Amino acid sequence: MQDLTEHIFELIRRTSTDLPADVEGSLREAADREQSGSAARGALETILKNVELSRRNSTPICQDTGTPIFYVHFPEGWSTRQLRRQIEAAVAKATKSSYLRPNSVNALTDENTGNNLGDEHFPSIHFTEVDGDALTIDLMLKGGGCENVGTQYSLPNNQLGAGRDLHGVRKVVLDAVHKAQGQGCAPGILGVAIGGDRGSSYYASKEVLCRKLGQGNANPELAALEKRLTEEANQLGIGPMGFGGKTTVLDTKITGLHRLPASYFVSVSYMCWAYRRRRMTVRSGEISYG
Amino acid sequence: MRRLTIPISDQAARSLKVGDAVALSGVMMTARDAAHKWMTDTFIKKIRPPQGDDLGVYAAIRSLLDGGVIYHCGPVVDGLDTKEYRFVAAGPTTSIREEPYQGDIMRHFNVRGVIGKGGMGAKTLAACREVPGVYFHAIGGAASLIAQTVERVLSVYKLDFGVPEAMWVIEVQDFPAVVTMDAFGHSQHEAIERESREALEKLLARG
Ligand code: SF4
Repeated sequence: MQDLTEHIFELIRRTSTDLPADVEGSLREAADREQSGSAARGALETILKNVELSRRNSTPICQDTGTPIFYVHFPEGWSTRQLRRQIEAAVAKATKSSYLRPNSVNALTDENTGNNLGDEHFPSIHFTEVDGDALTIDLMLKGGGCENVGTQYSLPNNQLGAGRDLHGVRKVVLDAVHKAQGQGCAPGILGVAIGGDRGSSYYASKEVLCRKLGQGNANPELAALEKRLTEEANQLGIGPMGFGGKTTVLDTKITGLHRLPASYFVSVSYMCWAYRRRRMTVRSGEISYG
Repeated sequence: MRRLTIPISDQAARSLKVGDAVALSGVMMTARDAAHKWMTDTFIKKIRPPQGDDLGVYAAIRSLLDGGVIYHCGPVVDGLDTKEYRFVAAGPTTSIREEPYQGDIMRHFNVRGVIGKGGMGAKTLAACREVPGVYFHAIGGAASLIAQTVERVLSVYKLDFGVPEAMWVIEVQDFPAVVTMDAFGHSQHEAIERESREALEKLLARG
C-alpha cells in the first residue's frame, strides 16, 4: 500500500493556511455589501488581509486549528488501519511544524498531549468504502469557538412555536443564529441536519458542510429553505464579529435523515468564516489537491 | 484609528468609547481558561494554596498587569524546542468563558484592558466602570495578521498548562482592535443582542 503520510501532511498545510476560493469569494462579496467605514466592513477587510497573508507566508489562518476531521473515501484494497496510522503521523508532524496548534486535551486530566493525537476520536477520522479507483481525503478544521455555539433542538419546541415540519426547522435555526451572536466568528456558515438520532444528526450537520458555498440543494424545497434562512439570518443584524451589519451568515446547507417516529431532531453546526476544508485525491498513485 | 500604549492610564481608559478603533502597543499577557482559574483560586478566592512556582509567577505578573492588558488568546508558537519563541498565529479566543473570573481579576490586578472576541457580560462591564477599564474586540480568526504585530515574546509562565493555556508575555506594536465595552457602562454586545432579539421575534411571528 502506498504511504500517503507526506501527502496528508501537505493536505493539512494547505487546509490550515489557504482558505478555499469559494469561501474567500463569498467574504469579498460580503465586504462589498457593508457600508464603507463601518466596523463590519473593517472586520471583513481585516479578515481578507489575514487570508492573503496566511497564504503568502504559509501560516495558519486562525490559531485555533480546531478538531481535524478527516473523511476518507477509499476503493477496495486499502487498509483503514494503515491509513489511520499515516493520518496520525501526518497530524503529529503538522503540529510540530506549527501548521496545527496542539489541541488535544484529555478531558479527565486536563493534560494536552502536545501532538494533536489522543484517542480514536481525536483526530476524528471517518472511513467509507466506495466504488471506483480513486481515494479521496477531505479534511475540515473545525474551531472550538464556532463548535461551542452549535446546538440541537428536539421538536416540537413550544417556546419558539416550532412544530415538526420545515416551518419549525426555520424557527429553531434562526433562534440558533441569534443565540450564537458573534461568538462563532460570524459571518458563519450553517450546517443543518433534520432527523436522525442525536448522534447521527450532529454528525450529518457537519458532513453537509463539505458542500461548496453557493452550490444549491438538489431538493428544491430544501434549496428554498436554505436561501430563506440565509436571508433571514442576515436580517438579524448581528453582523461580522457581532459588530452589527448586513452579513451574519454566508450560506446555509441542509440535509435530511431518517428518524424515529418519536424523535424530530434539528442539529445546527455553526462554521466560522475560517471555513478550512480541502480535498486530496489519489488516482493510480498520482496525488492532486482541490 | 487611535494609538494607545500599555500600561493604560486612568485618563486614557476613560477617554475610550464604544466603537473606537485602536492600535495598541506595549507589553501584554495572554491568559485563558486555565490561567484565569489559577489566578482566581490561588490568589483571589484563596481556595487553593500556592504550589510550585506559583508565588514567583504571581509577583511577576502583578507588576505586569498593573495598568496592563490581558489577551484572551491561545497562540500557535514556533521554537518550542529551542525556547526561541515566535508567535505564528495569535487571534483572540471567545471571552465569555472568563466571565466568572474577569471582573475580580481586573480589580485585583488593576487590569485596564481585556482583549478577546465575542464580548463579555454584566460582571465584567461593572468592573470596567470601577477600575476603570475597557474591553477591546480583536478580529476573530485574523491570526496571522495579529501575530505580525507581536514583535517579541518576552517570557512564558505556566507552560505546563499547555501551549494554548500558558501565560505568554508579549511585546506588540499596533495591535488592531475595537472598543466594544467602555468604562461608562456601554456595551455594544448588549445593544446588538437586544436589537437582534427584536428582529428575531418579528421573524418568528411571521410564521
Ligand atoms: S471560531 Fe473559527 S475563526 Fe474564530 S477563533 Fe475559532 S477557529 Fe478561529
